[in-house]
Amino acid sequence: MAISMALSSISSSVSSSTSVGNPRRRALHLKTQRPRTVFLGSKVECGIRGVQHTDLSRNATFHSAKATLSELLRENTTSTSDLLLMHDEGLELYEDMILARSFEDMCAQMYYRGKMFGFVHLYNGQEAVSTGFIKSLRKDDFVCSTYRDHVHALSKGVPARQVMSELFGKATGCCRGQGGSMHMFSKEHQVLGGFAFIGEGIPVATGAAFATKYRREVLKDDKADAVTVAFFGDGTCNNGQFFECLNMAALWKLPIIFVVENNLWAIGMSHYRATSIPEIWTKGPAFGMPGVHVDGMDVLKVREVANEAIARARRGDGPTLVECETYRFRGHSLADPDELRKPDEKAHYAARDPIMSLKTYLIENNLASEGDLKAIEKKIDEIVEDSVEFAEASPLPERSQLLENVFADPKGFGIGPDGRYRCEEPGFTAGTAQV
Amino acid sequence: MESTALLQKLTAGMAFRGNPATLLSSSSASSHFARVQASAWPIMQGSRLRRLNVEATDLNANAFGTMPHSSTGLKIITKAVAVKTERGSTATAQQGHELLLFEALREGLDEEMERDPTVCVIGEDVGHYGGSYKVTKGMAEKYGDLRLLDTPIAENSFTGMAIGAAMSGLRPIVEGMNMGFLLLAFNQIANNCGMLHYTSGGQFTIPIVIRGPGGVGRQLGAEHSQRLESYFQSVPGLQMVACSTPYNAKGLMKAAIRSENPVILFEHVLLYNLKERIPDEEYVLCLEEAELVRPGEDITILTYSRMRHHVLQAVKTLVSKGYDPEVIDIRSLKPFDLFTIGNSVKKTHKVLIVEECMRTGGIGASLRAAIMENFFDELDAPIGCLSSQDVPTPYAGPLEDLTVVQPPQIVFAVEQLCKH
Repeated sequence: MAISMALSSISSSVSSSTSVGNPRRRALHLKTQRPRTVFLGSKVECGIRGVQHTDLSRNATFHSAKATLSELLRENTTSTSDLLLMHDEGLELYEDMILARSFEDMCAQMYYRGKMFGFVHLYNGQEAVSTGFIKSLRKDDFVCSTYRDHVHALSKGVPARQVMSELFGKATGCCRGQGGSMHMFSKEHQVLGGFAFIGEGIPVATGAAFATKYRREVLKDDKADAVTVAFFGDGTCNNGQFFECLNMAALWKLPIIFVVENNLWAIGMSHYRATSIPEIWTKGPAFGMPGVHVDGMDVLKVREVANEAIARARRGDGPTLVECETYRFRGHSLADPDELRKPDEKAHYAARDPIMSLKTYLIENNLASEGDLKAIEKKIDEIVEDSVEFAEASPLPERSQLLENVFADPKGFGIGPDGRYRCEEPGFTAGTAQV
Repeated sequence: MESTALLQKLTAGMAFRGNPATLLSSSSASSHFARVQASAWPIMQGSRLRRLNVEATDLNANAFGTMPHSSTGLKIITKAVAVKTERGSTATAQQGHELLLFEALREGLDEEMERDPTVCVIGEDVGHYGGSYKVTKGMAEKYGDLRLLDTPIAENSFTGMAIGAAMSGLRPIVEGMNMGFLLLAFNQIANNCGMLHYTSGGQFTIPIVIRGPGGVGRQLGAEHSQRLESYFQSVPGLQMVACSTPYNAKGLMKAAIRSENPVILFEHVLLYNLKERIPDEEYVLCLEEAELVRPGEDITILTYSRMRHHVLQAVKTLVSKGYDPEVIDIRSLKPFDLFTIGNSVKKTHKVLIVEECMRTGGIGASLRAAIMENFFDELDAPIGCLSSQDVPTPYAGPLEDLTVVQPPQIVFAVEQLCKH
């Protein structure tokens, strides 16, 4: 019900966006009447609902409607203490977001000092999405990401040391220095990457979800209920792979959650200039899955939606499409001069900094003291410093590492002129790869 | 010329009747082959004849039933005896079972799916329809809809899905209804399939098999007549094999499924109805090895897939003209089996590559470079390469025939090269 509630509240807010002063008026275009309940903290199961949204405006008023929407959702939480949050949970979320922010800031520093190279895409400002979703996952659940993947890996549990080493290109990195910033993989923590081309990871995530279903139904493993979360951006939502995978996931009811980190910009392309229907969450029902829009700058709201979507997937009820309205405080990458975004847009979202919001919330609700939070910040500083020291001290990969992982079975390098497999020849790894 | 006419009569009688696969049924089933030893006769009247000793193992007696006798006094020694093979099985020609190539693929697939429950097939119309070339016919009833997954028409995404499933522990086989459709999956094949094992530092393996029919068919038009082996050969991390007979189709299918590497198995549209007798017992071929089809002394002919059969057609003519070509089906398009190829080059010193790929950037081009690099000193002549023309395959029959290599061209090329 929560998700369909979200849909109804969104429709009502948008339809009333042009009529100021009565945001609670019901939408006239909804086919069914829905009771008003508190959106967050709802315990009712959600089902697939189609939504009529014929009156969604797509012109300039939309932008203001979105702002109204976020305010509405915030308004709708009648009692903040209804938000299920314990002291420990709150601190865990805070710590994860502080780790993300500090780590990314340190990345920027290290990049400008010439310790890491290439394309580095930072996650500042979007921490609530990663923390909100990944902290509700189990260790065996899968996470699949894009090139903006440092924080997804960190939230999932990959040690900061390994991520920083990977960024420095050292042999102790999580991918032995062979992946880099855009290819964070971890078998232990089920991080499926890290992909440089957008949209590439969505089918891979769909495959991992398919493997769960396969294990359950073909291999008869009742305990197989690992959920997959695929993260990608607004630009990706115009890519064919996105739609193809929405179709397949809904068709086969795969345990996957498609999380759109809509930060409104794909490098320099505004979402509204690239997309005919900018409301990405509406594309879920078109394929037969719930589409939810959530304020991605508020970790508690994200977490609530995440919990419901994950429970839905684990039950076997199928996929969910979640659009998180979020923002990146830095440019697209460290090479992006970020000239196109207007200062007042940046200021608007800076005021909604997810870390500040959670901090305010925790303190106002006596869930944590300033001291607790300072201690966390200090602890994270140490972790991040330590990761940099570890990465600096780590060795660069040896020459022998060049050919090691090209093939899982190195017989794939073939049979050499002398009749032996090339990989069996001594000094093979010091040589060249040719087949 | 008297002796030439005689030789022609001799070889005409010797010519194996039936389709190429019948020829192969006797030769490759037990990996023995007709040994044709040539020893030079004295030069007679300007032409060089060779005395042919034919020692056949595992051959049907019928093939030699009509061996002509010399009536002109020239001695022709033939020893057409069906010799018992070292493998010890009596009447091998009666054992084993005959089937068509697509059935052989299905048999290999079936055996592997029974053996390992994580093996599954993902593709369009593989389940209920049984595969557009009937390779998976009847299997959905046996294994269920999830193991023979009928996908929507979304090659890029379902190939990526197979890759994700492979990373999570399954062993999927992706069927492209036609190899050309896999161009839509190029993104996933190049970026993820080939590279993911490396960029993840070896953490994730992708034991996937991508297979499908390609090559020029019977007037299928340009887009359905593509040869993708040249496009995929540069992708690091992929292995590519091409099957050409029911025997190697089944063996390579099984080997590809069992391999931990991503393997692309190229089949050919026109070879699906090739019939051959294959062994009853289980066998798995080596993915990296080439197949010696016919030993010889004069020239090495390297080929794969459908062109193997064109080459063998040409070989009949060549043998009647007195040449003794060695035919190798390279089978492994990436990596090349440089041992088998090298041994052959060292023996014959001349190479002709016959392929169906385009001239530009095809498998032949890479093979030429590899041979030149490794065996330059052994060569007496430039490496010849017969490839398809750099032309989109036309619909019209005569034009289509002109784009691929035909047996007369092979004969001519061999004659030219052997002049060196």
